[in-house]
Amino acid sequence: MRWLLVKDLQILRRSPLLVVLLVAYPILVALLIGFALSGGPEKPRVAFVNEVPAGEGTFTVGGQTRDATTYADRLFEKVDPIRVKTRKEALDLVASGEALGALIIPADAADRLRSSLSLSGGGERPQVEVVYNGEDPLKRRFVESTIESTLSEANLALSKEITKVGASYLDILLKGGSIDLFFRKIDVLGLQRSAQVLDGLRDRFPEGTEQRRELDAVQRFAQLAVENLDLSDAILASIAEPVTVKQTVLRGSRTPLDAYAVAVAVAISLMFVCVLLAAGMLALEREEHAFGRLVRGLVSRTTLLAEKVALSALCSFALGALLVAGLSLFVDIAWSQAPLWLLALLLGAAGFGALGVAIGAAAREVRAASLLAFLLSLPIAFLALVPSGTVAPALYDVIQAISALFPFDPTLDALDRTLNDSGQSVAGPLLHLAALVAGWGVVGRVALRRFGS
Amino acid sequence: MIAATDVTKRYGAHEALRGVSFTAAPGERLAIIGPNGAGKTTLLSILGGLVPPTSGTVTAEGGAVGWVPQQTAVYRKLSVAENLRLFARLERVADPRAAVERALADTGLAERAGDELGTLSGGNQQRVNIAIGLLADPPVLLLDEPSSALDPRHRQRVWAFLDRKAEGGTTIVFTTHDLAEAARHADRVLVLADGERLFEGTPEELETAVGGDAKDFEAAFVAFLTAKGH
Repeated sequence: MRWLLVKDLQILRRSPLLVVLLVAYPILVALLIGFALSGGPEKPRVAFVNEVPAGEGTFTVGGQTRDATTYADRLFEKVDPIRVKTRKEALDLVASGEALGALIIPADAADRLRSSLSLSGGGERPQVEVVYNGEDPLKRRFVESTIESTLSEANLALSKEITKVGASYLDILLKGGSIDLFFRKIDVLGLQRSAQVLDGLRDRFPEGTEQRRELDAVQRFAQLAVENLDLSDAILASIAEPVTVKQTVLRGSRTPLDAYAVAVAVAISLMFVCVLLAAGMLALEREEHAFGRLVRGLVSRTTLLAEKVALSALCSFALGALLVAGLSLFVDIAWSQAPLWLLALLLGAAGFGALGVAIGAAAREVRAASLLAFLLSLPIAFLALVPSGTVAPALYDVIQAISALFPFDPTLDALDRTLNDSGQSVAGPLLHLAALVAGWGVVGRVALRRFGS
Repeated sequence: MIAATDVTKRYGAHEALRGVSFTAAPGERLAIIGPNGAGKTTLLSILGGLVPPTSGTVTAEGGAVGWVPQQTAVYRKLSVAENLRLFARLERVADPRAAVERALADTGLAERAGDELGTLSGGNQQRVNIAIGLLADPPVLLLDEPSSALDPRHRQRVWAFLDRKAEGGTTIVFTTHDLAEAARHADRVLVLADGERLFEGTPEELETAVGGDAKDFEAAFVAFLTAKGH
């Protein structure tokens, strides 16, 4: 096997284009996928018109003055605003595609907000206008969801402020105090003190008289109001935010997205290099007509397969380790777990190598083997990356079952657990990979017997 | 020396070889000839150990048989010397370096030892192909259509090389479609048709078998097959 390995390495050394392609292509694909997964989407460009006259964007809630522009600033954390002066300019930008959407705050927005928040209440609620460019449905959806979620956040923040004010008014009604109304300070007795006053008045009227019965009725109402208004703070808080969210990860790890992207990038590189190399180098033996000469007593078919698995696994293992080292400059990886992720890399590479020789054994030419390896690798990776919940449960089960037959899923799993030190045991994926090495090795051996000549 | 005794090969219902027997002596050149589908390559593959016979036995002198496939079974990205060295090591030759030097001298390619095989002409590639079959210095060499893809000049070189090996005592067994080549370079011919051995003897004996008035060996061969109902 040693001399066959040396021979294959000599052939690879003399095929620089092939080596560059085998190394550069998967790294490029892996990095692109990695960055696509780890990098957030770019901020969409949104035209922004604020028609509210300068200095009139303030409103008062509970005696505190707020500036509406602070809510707009929250939006600008998620979009790239193109500030324009008129509605027409904004619409032109959207129509030309320069902006994916436009957010227009009409001139009366602040007035309406002030009116809504006044003690007298009523009036029309303020309304902002959002215009989308529907040319690209994906972009439109992205802008829609960004603007809607930010406006929801602003609404919620405002709602909390208003609820707080409402609760303070109710507190004054309950306990008494003073409020500012129409630039005048008004003292409010409060229900609790009203009940005490009524109690004092009640004793002045003899029992059984009409006045005493009426005072008893008023006192019962006051007591009922006191008891129920005591709960008003909690009720108002529920109205402001009826549902709160508590986030818990039940399955899988709490791997950050960028660290997961490293595992994906490395697994994809490992797969492409290993499967293509193993399939191509085995097919080369047939293409060069050396296969018959080799298996005529010089080496056994099993040894030949093992040599191709070893060659492709060693080459891709080295590449994978280099890739991890390179990516670790940008993303934190668990160096303390190095022995485990190196083992995961090696077993993953062996799994892909075994799959590659099974493909190479079935193909008679390098080109056919490479094409087959490429065509098979892409859907394998795609299927393994489909998250649960994005497809129907039955279909997801089928996808899981198919993914389990190929080394990509367990390799990704093992790399994710070890590169990111998730605390989960890596024994399962490693045993899975060992089983796949044996399984695909047997498939390759049978294919070589069936198609080999 | 190599001998086949009552060799039969079946692929399902198809009988590719039917009880073929022959013997080739040391230093003898035996050509296996016959029409397409006669079983020539199957017989050679069985003699070379690539395919097991369904029944019958093959006995080779010393148990070692060199085999040269029809298409050059070498690595085009390796040099001439690297190809020879690789197969010498795989053949577990006692002194691979000496075997490579001897093969380079035999093929007359010592000056091109460092050249990638893919840069050599078809004739030179075939000489390397044959040299690999001889690396272990086997007493018997089997060749499947050794000159089929060569021009006359290269064909002559290859046969000069093989004739020298035969003179040195190596038994040469080869298949060919080129009957003139068989008549010129074979001491004896083995005629197969539909997996059956129809004739074994010298080319002259075959010509005599059809009356001796055929204008050449090819005409005698066709007349022989016709007479036998093929």
